[in-house]
Amino acid sequence: MTYITKPKFRHPELEQNARGFTRRDYEGKVSTLCAGCGHDSISAAIIQAVYELDLEPHRIAKMSGIGCSSKTPDYFLGASHGFNSVHGRMPSVLTGANLANRDLIYMGVSGDGDSASIGLGQFAHSIRRGVDMVYIVENNGVYGLTKGQFSATSDRGSRSKRGVVNHDAPIDMVALALQLGATYVGRSFSGDKHQLVPLIKGAIAHHGAAFIDCLSPCVAFNNHEGSTKSYDYVREHNEAVNFLDVITGRAPIKLDQEAGALAIVEQHDGSTLRLRKIHTDYDPSDRVGAMAYLTERAAAGEIVTGLLYVDPNAEDHHDYLNTVEAPLNTLDSEALIPSASALDKINASLR
Amino acid sequence: MVFEKVAAVYSADGRRSLKPTGEPDEHYECDDVLVAVGQENAFPWIERDIGLDFDQWDMPKVDPVTFQSSNPKVFFGGDAAFGPKNIIWAVAHGHDAAISIDKFVHGQSVEDRPPPMVTLVSQKMGIHEWAYDNDLSNDVRYKVPLVDKDVALKDVRTEVELGFDRKLGYAEAQRCLNCDVQTVFSAPLCIECDACVDICPMDCITFTENGEEEALRARLNAPAHNTTQDLYVSETLKTGRIMAKDEDVCLHCGLCAERCPTGAWDMQRFTLDITHADHRCQQR
Repeated sequence: MTYITKPKFRHPELEQNARGFTRRDYEGKVSTLCAGCGHDSISAAIIQAVYELDLEPHRIAKMSGIGCSSKTPDYFLGASHGFNSVHGRMPSVLTGANLANRDLIYMGVSGDGDSASIGLGQFAHSIRRGVDMVYIVENNGVYGLTKGQFSATSDRGSRSKRGVVNHDAPIDMVALALQLGATYVGRSFSGDKHQLVPLIKGAIAHHGAAFIDCLSPCVAFNNHEGSTKSYDYVREHNEAVNFLDVITGRAPIKLDQEAGALAIVEQHDGSTLRLRKIHTDYDPSDRVGAMAYLTERAAAGEIVTGLLYVDPNAEDHHDYLNTVEAPLNTLDSEALIPSASALDKINASLR
Repeated sequence: MVFEKVAAVYSADGRRSLKPTGEPDEHYECDDVLVAVGQENAFPWIERDIGLDFDQWDMPKVDPVTFQSSNPKVFFGGDAAFGPKNIIWAVAHGHDAAISIDKFVHGQSVEDRPPPMVTLVSQKMGIHEWAYDNDLSNDVRYKVPLVDKDVALKDVRTEVELGFDRKLGYAEAQRCLNCDVQTVFSAPLCIECDACVDICPMDCITFTENGEEEALRARLNAPAHNTTQDLYVSETLKTGRIMAKDEDVCLHCGLCAERCPTGAWDMQRFTLDITHADHRCQQR
């Protein structure tokens, strides 16, 4: 970790977004994670994404559990709302907060321990219910805070720093999310911000449960020969299926790529996802196909990254439950305590 | 007081000189005269037949590197060489002239000049501990305290600038950007984790594809417009990219080196050991 605070000096030409903020205005405290941690790059990618989307910090709520990954919300969006919950219980707290106030943008930041082990059930049910959120798993395949034991996402056959081989089968968070009905699923790598930043932007703009599995090497305990989550291994085996570009609002779309290689997806909120296809036969709107493709490539030892599945017309739990639009704390007593005649009406309808 | 009327005349190279206009002198009556005059070099006492050439300003012609005049036995330095400058220049001239004189009296060529010595020494003392103070102060420049006007105006000999006291001097010194401490990058150690890029407050580090300088300058995280300052570019890294750093805006805060897990970034203090005249004092 670093003991000095980051100097307030900034580049004289640092640009402002539409809200008048520079990228530096979205920063948080100086990270206390190990030097070179992939999580810090993800924090930087989140800062960049929120800056580029011209969002005001107070419109975002960062939720996390326990672990290295769950410490990171302290290191970005210092002026946003946040809640650091019990280990693995972030999805429930997020769901509750979202039900109470749907005006905010919910960002769940979790790790492979927090979401694939202790919080697996919580993760599964929040995705299943279609909670409108961005769920980012900072996946390093290791318990970094407790000195490097295998986590539930460690690949079978990978070696720990001390040479021990992992015999347990890994949990594939992306496969789980697809199976559980997430409507925006992506996988990326902390060392590739060109891919990660647009992916986060797309997830924020998405209406419904958006899930991003982000491989994030643990420099202290999982960046050695024999690890399948090291910088070198992920770079060598990274197979990007597409490259994303997010355009918010109704900005005119210019095609600068070959028309055939470009897929344009319009999302619920009017934002546009421009997908430059790298694998031309990959169709990100085909959930079953995506699951089959991922299984096949995983067996071949590849790490498939990119926007893997998106349902642009997805609904969220508010749509299913038909909840009130206003935040609950703004409801006055008239709305909260209906008159006796309203009760009579309900009773009459049940007779 | 009688004044001669002059006008400013500019030569082709832009130098200003005052020439009499030929108009009649002007007379002003006054009670008190405060004389404020500048100074200039004049060498009327040097005989003009000793092989020493003078230029149009009546100044001796001096070689700017060797400080030798057109008479090889005569050397100039300080204000006498190129007009009024400060004492730092005078000392530097003295050092260089001494090398020339030493060479000259040994019958060697004064043109052949030994280079100065430079050293880079790592400032790393612990994982996040440096031999220099890297914590930058955000303060603006402190004003030097002055003596109260009432006191200063009573006696012309009063020292008006008080200077910094210990506390203020320390605060001002904390504003130092440690320009002598350089960021030194080692490409073979880099694992391209982006930690330095993420922490850099000035956005001066970029990992990108190599290319022509003009194109490279434009595609950095923050474009580098100052072409008089070279970019710091690494050898090719594992992914085929290069590290390019815009030295122009670097704060030398050392955060890149603090966040580097492999020590690919190091903060190294640069020392310049200027050439000394006698070969026994020269390290090279």
